[in-house]
Amino acid sequence: MRNAIKGLGVALLCTTMLVSAAAAETIRWARASDALTLDPHSQNQGVTHNFAHHIYETLVDRDVDGNLQPRLALSWELKADDPTTWVFKLREGVTFHDGATFTAEDVVFSLDRARSEKSNMRQLHVDVDQVIAVDDYTVEVKMKGPSPLYPNNLTNTFIMDKTWSETNNVVEVQDYAAGEDNFAVRNTNGTGPYKLVSREVDVRSVMAINENHWAAEKPAVTEIIYLPIADAATRVAALLSGEVDIVQDVPVQDIDRLSSTAGIKIETGPENRVIYFGYRFGDAPLKSSNVTDANPFNDPRVREAMELAIDRDAIRQVVMRGQSIPTGVANPPFVNGWTEELNAYPAVDLDRAKALLAEAGYPDGFTVTLDTPNNRYVNDEAISQAVVGMLGRIGIQVTLASRPVAQHSPLVTANETDFYLLGWGVPTFDSAYVFNDLVHTKDGSYGAYNGGLYSNPELDEKIRSLGTETDLEKRNATIAEIWKVVKEDRVLLPIHNQVLAYAMKDSITLPVHPENQPLMTSLRFNN
Amino acid sequence: MLAFIIRRLAQSVLVMLFVALIAFVIFRYVGDPITSMVGVETRLEDQEIMRDRLGLNDPVVIQFARFIGNALQGEFGISYRLQQPVTELILSRLPATLELAVASALIALVFGVVLGVFTALRPKSFVTAGIMAASLVGVSLPTFLIGIGLIYVFSVELGWLPSFGRGEVVDLGWWRTGLLTESGLKSIILPAITLSLFQLTLIMRLVRAEMLEVLRTEYIRFARARGLTQRAINFGHALKNTMVPVITITGLQLGSVIAFAIVTETVFQWPGVGSLFITSVQVVDVPVMAAYLMFIALVFVLINLIVDILYYVVDPRLRVDGGASGN
Repeated sequence: MRNAIKGLGVALLCTTMLVSAAAAETIRWARASDALTLDPHSQNQGVTHNFAHHIYETLVDRDVDGNLQPRLALSWELKADDPTTWVFKLREGVTFHDGATFTAEDVVFSLDRARSEKSNMRQLHVDVDQVIAVDDYTVEVKMKGPSPLYPNNLTNTFIMDKTWSETNNVVEVQDYAAGEDNFAVRNTNGTGPYKLVSREVDVRSVMAINENHWAAEKPAVTEIIYLPIADAATRVAALLSGEVDIVQDVPVQDIDRLSSTAGIKIETGPENRVIYFGYRFGDAPLKSSNVTDANPFNDPRVREAMELAIDRDAIRQVVMRGQSIPTGVANPPFVNGWTEELNAYPAVDLDRAKALLAEAGYPDGFTVTLDTPNNRYVNDEAISQAVVGMLGRIGIQVTLASRPVAQHSPLVTANETDFYLLGWGVPTFDSAYVFNDLVHTKDGSYGAYNGGLYSNPELDEKIRSLGTETDLEKRNATIAEIWKVVKEDRVLLPIHNQVLAYAMKDSITLPVHPENQPLMTSLRFNN
Repeated sequence: MLAFIIRRLAQSVLVMLFVALIAFVIFRYVGDPITSMVGVETRLEDQEIMRDRLGLNDPVVIQFARFIGNALQGEFGISYRLQQPVTELILSRLPATLELAVASALIALVFGVVLGVFTALRPKSFVTAGIMAASLVGVSLPTFLIGIGLIYVFSVELGWLPSFGRGEVVDLGWWRTGLLTESGLKSIILPAITLSLFQLTLIMRLVRAEMLEVLRTEYIRFARARGLTQRAINFGHALKNTMVPVITITGLQLGSVIAFAIVTETVFQWPGVGSLFITSVQVVDVPVMAAYLMFIALVFVLINLIVDILYYVVDPRLRVDGGASGN
C-alpha cells in the first residue's frame, strides 16, 4: 500500500513536471539547411524566408490553406478611379524590436529597397512604378499598368525600419562583389513575433518571443532554437533521441518508420510544387535521338502515347512511398485555375500507346536522353528512373543523364535538353505564373523555363492579357481556356504534386504550410 | 641547409599554385553558382547581371589571376551562400575541426599502440584473433556507416551521447572551444571515435608488425639472456624501437585526418571546415571551395615540408650536396 502511494506520488510529480516542461515552451526545430542571410531582401529562397518570417513581417501573408491574409497591412484595394494603383491601409500601434514605430515611411523604404538593383526580390516588383506614403498609415503603390494580382507578390517582401537601416548603413542590399558584408546580414530589427537572440551560422540560432508584438493572441512557443542538420539520417536520429522537437525536412523513406514510432507523429500536406516532364517542340531533329530526320516529340500522338505509358499511381506507390498526389495538370491544387477536371489523368493503356507510336511512324520506338536533377526535388532521380522503365515498355529507349541541380537548371534555361524533369512552385497562387514561364513562347522576360521551346501565338496573346485584365471573372475564363489547350496539346507531362511531411513529438502539432514556411506561432501544445 | 629549405619552399609554392589551378578548372564543371544563389523565380536577365557583377563572365585566366592576386593578400572574397568573408568563415570553423582531429589522433595513437603491443606480445591468444578481426571491420566499413551506427546505438537506443553538433562552446576570444563544457566533451566522443577508427587500425597493425619484427632481433635475445624483466624488454627496448615509423605515420596522417574529416563532420553536423566545404559544394559556393582547397593544400605542404626538414636533420644520406656523396 505504501508503495502504491509512493508510486502515485511519483506519477503526480511526473505529470507536474511535464506540465512545467510545457510551460517553458522552447521548441528545437531542425531543418536540412540554414537561412542564407538575415538581410530580408537579399535572397529569394524558401528556407531564408521561412526563418525571416519569425523576425520580420510582410504586408500580407498566407495562412495554411494558402489564402491571403492581413499582416502589417489591414486592407488592400485598387484605387477607385485608378486601376493601376494599389492602396494599402497599414496596421497601427506596431513597433520594431528596437522600439521604433512602424509607419508608411518604413513600407515605402522597404519596397524601394526590395526592388533596388541588388535585391533578389526585385522580379516580384518589376511592375511597380512608384511607392508613395499618403499619410502615416496609408501607402499607395503605383503600377506601370493594371496589375490585379500584385498583392500576391508581397508575401515574402519584409518590412525594415527606415531609420535603423540608415543608421546602420544598410540602405542598399548586400553586394557580393563588394568584398565585405553588410550589417543587415547578421543583425535584425523587425516587427515580427520573435527577436533574434543569437546566431551561429550552420550551427544554431536562438529566437525569443517579442513581448511587444501587436497580435492579441500570444504564441505558445516562447523560445525557438533553430538547428540545421544536413545529414538526413542524423536529423531523424536527433528526433528519435529526443534532442530536437520538430524535423521539417523528413526523408520520404523514413516517414513510415517514424509514424509507427511511439512518441513521434508525422503531419503531411500538399506542397505548392508540381513535378513534370518537358520535351522539345519544333521540327528540328532531337540531339540525342536515333531519329535524325524528324522530332518525334513534335507529333501529338507520340506525346499521348507517352502519357498513356506512364503509370503515375505506380510512381506514387513505389518511388514516393505514397507521399505524392498524382496529377494530370502542371498546376498545384491551391492555385487559381486548378480544377478537378484538369487534374484527372488517363489510365495506363500500353496497347493504345504502342498503336499511337506505330501510327506516328515509330513502331519500334526511338531513343532519347532524359536529363534529370538528382538533388533538388523529392526522389527526383528515382522518378526519372521509373519513367525510363515505363517508356521502355512501349519501345522508347531512354538514356538517363543525372546531374546536380546547379548543372541541370542551365540546360533547361539554355534549351539544351530534349527531355527533362523539372518542378514548379507557384508563389503567386495564380496560373498566370505557370503560363508566363512555362507555356509562353520564349521571348524577353516570358518563357524563361520553357525548356522545350513550345510556341503558340494564340495562347501567347491570351497569356499576356492576364497581366492587365482587371475583370476577375473574365480573367478566370481566359485561364480556363489556356489550360484546356495546354492539357490537350500536352505541352507538359505532369506527374504529381509533392507532399510535405513534418515529423514532431506527439505532444505538439505544427500544421503543414503549403509553401513550406511554417510559423512557430502556429504551433500548438496538445493537452 | 638553407639552400635545401629554400628549394623545398619554392617547390611548395609551385604545388600550391598547381592546386589552385586544378581547383579552378574543376570549378568550371561543378555547375552554375548563380542557379544555386537565386530562386527559379529570378529573371534570366537579372541572373546575367549578377554573373557580370561577380566576374563570372570573364575568361578563366583572368578569374584565376584575380583569385591568386587576392589570395596573396589573404583575401578570398565573400561567400556566395552566406555573404560573409570567406577567411573569417574558415577561421571560425577551424577550431572545431582541429579539436576533432587532435582528439581522434590521440584516440588512434593511444588505443592503436596499446592494442598493437598486446596483439604482438600475445600472438596466439583468442583475444588477439578477435581484435584483428574487429580491426578488419574498422578498416573496411565506410566512415558514414560507422557514424550512423554509433549514433543509433549511443544516442537513439541508449540515449547516452548527443547525436549531432558540438554542444556548448566557450569563447576564448580567438578560439571557440567545446572542450571546457560537459556537453561539449560528450559531443566530441562519437565523432572522434568515428574519425579515429581507420587510423587506429592502421597504427595498431603497424605497431604489431614492427613489434613482431623487433622481438625477433638479436638484441632482444641478448636482453633476455641477460635476464632483464619482460617489462623492461618489451617496453624499454622493443616498443621504443617500433615508435619511430609510428610517429612518422601519425604525423603524416594528421593532415589526412583534417582533410578527410569531411564525412564525419557531415554525419555528426560537426561545425568544422569539412562540413562547411560540403555545404559549399552543394550550392557551388566557389570562394569557399577555393579557399578550403588552398587551406588543405597548405596543411599538406607544411607537414611535408616539416617532415622533409626533419629527415634532412636525421638522415645524412639525404644531404645530396653535402659530404655524404663522398661515400
